[in-house]
Amino acid sequence: MARLIRGLLAALLLLPLLAQAAGIEVRQFDDPVTEQRYQDLTASLRCPKCENQAIGDSDSPIAGDMRDRVYVQLQDGRSDKEILDFMVRRFGDYVLYNPRLEGRTLLLWGLPAALVLLGAVVVVLMVRARRRTSARALSAEERDRLDALINRERNE
Amino acid sequence: MQTLMIPEIGHFALIIALLMALVQGVMPLAGAATRRPLWMAYGRPMATGQFLFLAIAYACLTASYLLDDFSVANVANNSNSLLPWYYKASAVWGNHEGSVLLWSLILGGWTFAVSRFSRELPRDMLARVLGVMGLVSVGFLAFVLVTSNPFERLLPNVPQDGADLNPLLQDFGLIVHPPMLYMGYVGFSVVFAFAIAALLGGRLDAAWTRWARPWTNVAWAFLTVGIALGSWWAYYELGWGGWWFWDPVENASLLPWLAGTALIHSLAVTEKRGAFKSWTVLLAISTFSLSLMGTFLVRSGVLTSVHAFANDPSRGLFILVLLGITVGLSLLLFALRAPRVSHQVGFSWLSRDALLLINNILLVIMTVTVLLGTVYPLLLDAMNLGKISVGPPYFNALFVPLTVVLCLFMGLGPLARWKRTDGRDLLKRSWLAGLLALIIGALAPLLYRGEWNLQVSLGVLISLWVVLPMARDLWAKTRHSSGRLAGAKRLSLAYWGMILGHLGVAVTIIGVTVVSNYAIDRNVRMGVGDSVELAGYTFTMTELGSRRGPNFLADFAEIEVRRGDSQRSFAMTPEKRLYLARGMPMTDVALRPGLFRDLYVAMGEDLEDGSWAMRLQYKPFVRWLWLGGLLMAAGGILAVADRRYRRTATARDPEQGPAAEPREATA
Amino acid sequence: MKRRLLLLLPLLGFLVLGGFLYQGLSMNPFDRDSALMAREFPAFELATLEDPERTVDASLLEGEVTLVNVWGEWCPTCKQEMPQLLDLADRGVRLIGVDYKDTREKGREFLAEFGNPFEVNVFDPEGTLGFDLGVYGAPETFLVDADGIIRYHHTGYIKPDDVRETILPEVEKWRD
Repeated sequence: MARLIRGLLAALLLLPLLAQAAGIEVRQFDDPVTEQRYQDLTASLRCPKCENQAIGDSDSPIAGDMRDRVYVQLQDGRSDKEILDFMVRRFGDYVLYNPRLEGRTLLLWGLPAALVLLGAVVVVLMVRARRRTSARALSAEERDRLDALINRERNE
Repeated sequence: MQTLMIPEIGHFALIIALLMALVQGVMPLAGAATRRPLWMAYGRPMATGQFLFLAIAYACLTASYLLDDFSVANVANNSNSLLPWYYKASAVWGNHEGSVLLWSLILGGWTFAVSRFSRELPRDMLARVLGVMGLVSVGFLAFVLVTSNPFERLLPNVPQDGADLNPLLQDFGLIVHPPMLYMGYVGFSVVFAFAIAALLGGRLDAAWTRWARPWTNVAWAFLTVGIALGSWWAYYELGWGGWWFWDPVENASLLPWLAGTALIHSLAVTEKRGAFKSWTVLLAISTFSLSLMGTFLVRSGVLTSVHAFANDPSRGLFILVLLGITVGLSLLLFALRAPRVSHQVGFSWLSRDALLLINNILLVIMTVTVLLGTVYPLLLDAMNLGKISVGPPYFNALFVPLTVVLCLFMGLGPLARWKRTDGRDLLKRSWLAGLLALIIGALAPLLYRGEWNLQVSLGVLISLWVVLPMARDLWAKTRHSSGRLAGAKRLSLAYWGMILGHLGVAVTIIGVTVVSNYAIDRNVRMGVGDSVELAGYTFTMTELGSRRGPNFLADFAEIEVRRGDSQRSFAMTPEKRLYLARGMPMTDVALRPGLFRDLYVAMGEDLEDGSWAMRLQYKPFVRWLWLGGLLMAAGGILAVADRRYRRTATARDPEQGPAAEPREATA
Repeated sequence: MKRRLLLLLPLLGFLVLGGFLYQGLSMNPFDRDSALMAREFPAFELATLEDPERTVDASLLEGEVTLVNVWGEWCPTCKQEMPQLLDLADRGVRLIGVDYKDTREKGREFLAEFGNPFEVNVFDPEGTLGFDLGVYGAPETFLVDADGIIRYHHTGYIKPDDVRETILPEVEKWRD
């Protein structure tokens, strides 16, 4: 096991090899905020041509075109929403990695929230029910003794 | 070479393995149902035989690869005589057919292991477990033989040479990543088989959980390593410095991992306390089902992914039918046989039981969320509601807060006692850790970068909140008259496993938090003599040139990197290669790894004025991601080594549930 | 009873999911409708491939149902598609070409070699019109009605069967 872990650690530090070529453009930004917005936008727009890649990670020509548009529109002072709308008008909602909240995505955004609420209710109901059981079934003395047994590792 | 009968032998061995799996699936189950010991006894020899013949089949395919037998279609499509031998051997599982064969071989291996190491199981229980595993194996072997036969020949037109292995797959990470993942996926079939056997036998006491726990831990550890390796591979091969993309294929491996993590904890509750019995059975079924579903998603082409295998609808249909039968029948059995009246095992708000309940609910919510996000585009499309994408922003928005909440409870878990914990006592043992976590968390971004950052504070806070109470607990427990070491030795390995596992989670969270917030990624124009400063490092281009490799042409740059005013410097040499055979441009990234930061330089385009576009990245703490994964896996393995699993075998009457009177001294 | 129903819930959930997965098998995730469906053809002002002096704009598409085909010399599928387009032109369909991300020279060579079914070709070397059309590869084909509204979209190769089975009926449908 130790050898395996050492081997894996060594492997993790090995110098890696090839990566797919991707477009690397040199872009000048007026301020770090705009640069960050560029990074965020190119990470949250999906390349329509590729299998499943953000335009920031893809070397396909259309991803390069889209990055250009994002950059130009940022320079023109457009807001993130305007830029995203611009892309959606041309390529559809498909290019948004962050799906908008609308009728058809209600379940997508709503279900996790509903589950959290449901989970909280379940926890409360279950623990309340089980507290009663434990109180009813045993006398205080028995309970202490059983507790000690269950948790014996603590007292060793 | 083509006259060799190796592929035919392999094919034949595969058919024999299928027949043995069939016997193993039918006889012991029938025997257990009709109480015939002789029939039940078929399980063990069949498991051995099946594994043996699968190994022969697998060895035959590997031999065909090593011998460059291009009359075998699978070899011709995925290998090449110029490949080094280790890539030939690993090319076996770099394609659909070979990887399903590996899947089956691993299933055979797990089955064999169960038949070896479960000699003390009651006879009918073992018969049922092996029977269920045999049936799963029948499904997969039929899948291989019917839709994905790797031994198919290309006769009489045998190609001169093979089509070669995709250069992206010629890589160490890719050699070890799939077998690890499959060990995990398939390993969950053991706990699945135990759960089904318990349902079939109507013995849903805590006994089956005790037998299933070590197997589950091992499978989970393999899956953890597999996921970590996949993330690491994506980091340097695919991702331009990204390490998790929430791609469907990644999610397919994360789903059983999340469910498996819940399962590990719920098994503990069922074993120790006899609570959550039905729930644990359901989780065991779900975890393996999600593994199968992952296989379906990856191989059917229903979801678009960077790493999906070639799309083939007939295979997709076959796996879907397999999935439907396995999961459908299991869940039906669950609905019919799960105990209808739950035994009320009492516990109070402040108890390990309650905390593990919360842990399970949160992990299940996380699983459902990932599943929902992964299949939602498919659902909408199937209902003709348009095509949308669900990507990282969605998953991060939901996964991160859920993780934070999970960690808040996780900090208390190891301190809490089963059944009930005295509130004041718990407070006494955790307030200092909480305060420290709060203070260090609040100050960490200020000290590290001089600027406050909520996410970093939160990340550090929850990591410390996971670690510090545990550290205090460990300190208290190792107190011993003959020194700390003696005290440490006295603690059970299961306890150490838990410590290590939780520590791994904290380490991963630190890595995720720091690299997500402080990574710097900049594209710059550089010519010889130009310097760029990034995160306190000065990158100077000292040379530009080109060279000829064995099968590629490359432009390279030499970058001298110096930290601050340090005298010492090191060189990084990124390349841009053009592979002549495929005309494929590839970037050879220069990476300088370190425990606290990675530096990353890639070459972009020639800007034709003597300078190049270069991509420089600074990735602080990125190694911690995978280090945490390894720690988690090590924790899982360590817990298995606990002596009580060995002792169980001899000292305990397995018919009797341990839940009612826990006699074990360890957690 | 209530509990038994609860225990059935996982099975029901799985069956629903399985149904969707089954449907997913016969769907093509790459087959996407254009976002411009039922919207006006995007405005443009570009020179023609034939004559650099002549600029055309979206008014080119008004008055008659038109098939707009986005092609390029660099695109092998476009070559295979040409016979179908010529067939469509023979059947009296008005075709306009968009020469996408090409050089004038190569575009002209292409038409000389594979035939020219187009009334006129819009020359789009930078791919600006293509981008506004949401084109991410060639060939792509748009059906525009007499009011300049996009009515139908075909991604990729037009098979010989597609001409009679989908394209011609669509053209007829929007002619009225």
